[in-house]
Amino acid sequence: MGNLVFQPSHFTAVVLFALFASTVFGITMREKPRDMIRYGIYCFVLFVAAAIALSWVMYLIAR
Amino acid sequence: MRYSQKCMTTEEIKKTSTKTGAQEGFVYLPLIAGWLVPGGGHFLLRKWGRGALLAASILGMFVLGLAMQGKVYASAHEILDILGMAGDLGNGLLYVISRMLGLGDVQVQVTTADYGTRFIVVAGLLNIIAAVDAHNLRTGRKS
Repeated sequence: MGNLVFQPSHFTAVVLFALFASTVFGITMREKPRDMIRYGIYCFVLFVAAAIALSWVMYLIAR
Repeated sequence: MRYSQKCMTTEEIKKTSTKTGAQEGFVYLPLIAGWLVPGGGHFLLRKWGRGALLAASILGMFVLGLAMQGKVYASAHEILDILGMAGDLGNGLLYVISRMLGLGDVQVQVTTADYGTRFIVVAGLLNIIAAVDAHNLRTGRKS
């Protein structure tokens, strides 16, 4: 994309993915603003926690 | 009497929609606008905050995908390519503009390029979810 080149680490990519996806999930899956924020945070934590847990599983399998 | 989501009858849904003025005009306009422009459906319904957040998320994901040198699917011959292209088409006008400008048409062999390709596909899928949400707001299924 022109001169704009972005090369994040695995973890940065996961966090960015989780942030954007959680924002959309929060807004679209709940009705009240308070519930949207709570659900968005819940999704974000699950995304990141699952990525970290699976990373450890793959690391232990590979050893 | 037909029943819909959350135990609301069609009459109740109609009443709710009429109260919010959601029954006037073309029902599918927010759905189409939301697909073509991320957050556009919500902007049409004057949900400025939600629309802005959706637009920022989807646009951000799409732009970062391109910045990671991700691929925008131009043709589909295999099943995985067809699925990828279906996801990309969810981006609406962003897909058309990127194709017109030739963005994402070079296959780069770096790890981040693969992340970028997924970011672009998922941005399209999230945009479809957002457009359907705008449609639900329009029909009164959601407030």
